Amino acid sequence: MIRFENVSVTYDGATEPTVQGVDFEVPEGELVLLAGPSGVGKSTVLGAVSGLVPHFTGGTLRGRVTVAGRDTRTHKPRELADVVGTVGQDPLSHFVTDTVEDELAYGMESLGLAPDVMRRRVEETLDLLGLAGLRDRSIATLSGGQQQRVAIGSVLTPHPRVLVLDEPTSALDPAAAEEVLAVLQRLVHDLGTTVLMAEHRLERVIQYADRIALLPSPGAAPLLGTPAEIMAVSPVYPPVVDLGRLAGWSPLPLTVRDARRRAADLRQQLEGRDDNALKGRGAVVDLRLPPRDRDQSKTPTHRRWFPRRRTPATPTTSHTAEVQALAVTRDRVRALRGIDLTVTPGETIAVMGRNGAGKSTLLNTLVGLVAPTTGSVTVGGAEPHRTPPRDLVRRVGLVPQEPRDLLYADTVAAECAAADADAGAAPGACRALVSELLPGIADDAHPRDLSEGQRLTLALAVVLTARPPLLLLDEPTRGLDYAAKARLVALLRDLAAQGHAIVLATHDVELAAELAHRVILLAEGEVIADGPTAEVVVSSPSFAPQVTKILAPQRWLTVAEVREALA
Amino acid sequence: MGNCGLHPGAWWLWSLALGTAATRTTNPLLLALLIATSAYVVAACRPDTPWARSYTAFVRLALAVLLVRLAFAAALGSPLPGTHVIVTLPELPLPHWAQGIRLGGKVTVETLLHAAYDGLRLATLLICVGAANSLANPARLLKSLPGALYEMGVAVVVALTYAPNLIADVQRLRAARRLRGRPDRGIRGLLHVGLPVLEGALERSVALAAAMDARGYGRTADVPPRVRRTTTALTLGGLLGVCAGTYGLLTAEGGTYGLPVLLAGLTAALAGLRLGGRRTPRTRYRPDRWDARAWLVAGSGAAVAALLALAAARDPAALHPGVVPLVAPTLPLWPAAAVLLGLLPAFVSPAPRSPAPKEPS
Repeated sequence: MIRFENVSVTYDGATEPTVQGVDFEVPEGELVLLAGPSGVGKSTVLGAVSGLVPHFTGGTLRGRVTVAGRDTRTHKPRELADVVGTVGQDPLSHFVTDTVEDELAYGMESLGLAPDVMRRRVEETLDLLGLAGLRDRSIATLSGGQQQRVAIGSVLTPHPRVLVLDEPTSALDPAAAEEVLAVLQRLVHDLGTTVLMAEHRLERVIQYADRIALLPSPGAAPLLGTPAEIMAVSPVYPPVVDLGRLAGWSPLPLTVRDARRRAADLRQQLEGRDDNALKGRGAVVDLRLPPRDRDQSKTPTHRRWFPRRRTPATPTTSHTAEVQALAVTRDRVRALRGIDLTVTPGETIAVMGRNGAGKSTLLNTLVGLVAPTTGSVTVGGAEPHRTPPRDLVRRVGLVPQEPRDLLYADTVAAECAAADADAGAAPGACRALVSELLPGIADDAHPRDLSEGQRLTLALAVVLTARPPLLLLDEPTRGLDYAAKARLVALLRDLAAQGHAIVLATHDVELAAELAHRVILLAEGEVIADGPTAEVVVSSPSFAPQVTKILAPQRWLTVAEVREALA
Repeated sequence: MGNCGLHPGAWWLWSLALGTAATRTTNPLLLALLIATSAYVVAACRPDTPWARSYTAFVRLALAVLLVRLAFAAALGSPLPGTHVIVTLPELPLPHWAQGIRLGGKVTVETLLHAAYDGLRLATLLICVGAANSLANPARLLKSLPGALYEMGVAVVVALTYAPNLIADVQRLRAARRLRGRPDRGIRGLLHVGLPVLEGALERSVALAAAMDARGYGRTADVPPRVRRTTTALTLGGLLGVCAGTYGLLTAEGGTYGLPVLLAGLTAALAGLRLGGRRTPRTRYRPDRWDARAWLVAGSGAAVAALLALAAARDPAALHPGVVPLVAPTLPLWPAAAVLLGLLPAFVSPAPRSPAPKEPS
């Protein structure tokens, strides 16, 4: 259905081809996953299928891409619109009209389908994607998961034979992601649609893939094979594969179910040692107590397993932040209500919950962007929304969902100089932080040209220049590959060890398992669970990390813990 | 919004007809009745959508226009020979070349009342336009354009949806300034986020253009060259005809050929548009139909305008109450009854279904 014949793409101004030696075929009715670290050209390969590369992006495409027998060299994207449906990374930039129903019809109108056919297909698609209740809604009022489903629906209505998706689940909470993936699987199974998709969060999608095309490094030719074959050699892999590699299972398990059936031995091996996990992570303790108190009650041998929980360098007795009976009402919607929260120095808290549950609002309240409707918020002894920005940056810092929002200057050096001036720090402080966090960011680079991971690091350095005791991160792992994520985890652990309190809002259960001491689950603006990470995630099927699911009823959270236990 | 709404063109005709009716009179009672009529229909029929909230904005604008008109009348005076002085403002002596202009001086009831009547007429016109805006979805009106103009219509729709996005961007980036420890209020804050906002808007436009292209925007059907040439000839010839006809109508000696040339030009241009529509293979999903209700709504508006125009011709005194000497305006019975005809849409056009309540996002 999709055929790449020795394809290479060189963008204008680049000396090296972005991708080369792409030579594979996707047969009809298969779901092929495009995997690889960031910056290897996954989006370029996807764009070549819909003809947007090179017709829209510019650059030179050598070789030949054919879709359903049509050569993309001679067919522009609009002439491929009836066979290829494309959904990009950001569904919002995909919408042309303003209501769900019109959006679903838009593609068919362009193709000139008969009105009765359009009517029938819109109704079918509304049912297929569970959007019937939203048909008259304005798209701007939908949640992230709903928008993603509308975006997929809008390219489905012309009945394309090929669906191309770029990171369809990265902005979604675990439940919404499963919803979208279930729809995709149904399309592949029932309608024989061919799907090619790129996704960083392999743990979510790998079990749905028939085959994987792996781009191992920039400019390298892709490897094509079954998921098990590819995962054995891939530089990016989900925790379940990591655990399989650790335990030496062959062939590698790809799903939690496969792994559970193999894990009997491993569970037995770990039997005597999981009390660490139970007590260390899941002990029933007073949640309001700072974690270092809990640590002090244990023997030093236990602490070896949890290197992130070192005693803060500057012990203080006061709380970093305190929230009491907080309620926030915005646009007549109750975004938050009845929130009580205490953040102590050195503690890392993960705030999780559905899209739209109020996670970002909670962070924004802590940093003073949103004023509490009732209740009180104090951060470092001050009320954030009444504190002048210049003082506030020394108490609390937020890295927003889109780190780019924080960056104004043309170069990294100028950005750092501005950050020093804003924070009143010594000149060079921010630049030193950047080099320390992630070496290799050039002074004269434009912030827009940095990779996602580099940009996040720069924004983090800008925020950290003022040395705020409380650090907030909103969805920090969106668009990061596993390597960048591991660097971020190491970095945040260090910061926590230095006594920074960290609160992160995230959909990434694996990140929360790696990093957080404590997890807070929000639903409809209320706290529905608050406790040590192991306690909270083990009891929730959608928020449990893969390792927990595999080794249940024992309580392990990450592969790193298992590795250390076996060592 | 599916078929539950009325053809947007009907709402525009109704509103503009009410506006036309308002220009026929300065009787404050009739004008107030017109405003009340449009407000009632808007309250009864408007859908629960963002653009529907524009009505209040128009009402505020109308109020501002009225106040400005009054302020000018008070400050600049008017040539009306008023006798009921309310207050005497200090008069600014002006040089002799500014004769006929007065700043300050006596403010009379007659002057203010005249200005109020006049301002109210303008305000009513504005409120009627606001009613059209809130009752008819502008995007759906553009959808009713002929096929050849479709691409222009999409450009306008995209521009319309961009304004709210741009405002959201400005708010987000001003918030981000606060995170950097800089003041987030004031003009300087706004200027600093200008460039990033424009960059973001540009990037989004490019992404949207790519998405639209990939979804088949701008696909053209093969048209025989003969048809294509005829289209060009008709459109260009028609436009030339319109220009020549307009010129003829406006000049003294062209009185004879002006109108026929204009009409012929218009016909040719419309035929060209219709033929040009063949190039786009587009179809319409659930187009708004011009049904009986649309006729009733548009007709009720037209009736109000026609009846008030008739009344203005037959009984100008009742529709233009005098201010010198001061008399209380009376409500002329027949024109008032005619205005009430404008309420018809509230009864023939059912209120659209209200969408499900907004979820927190």
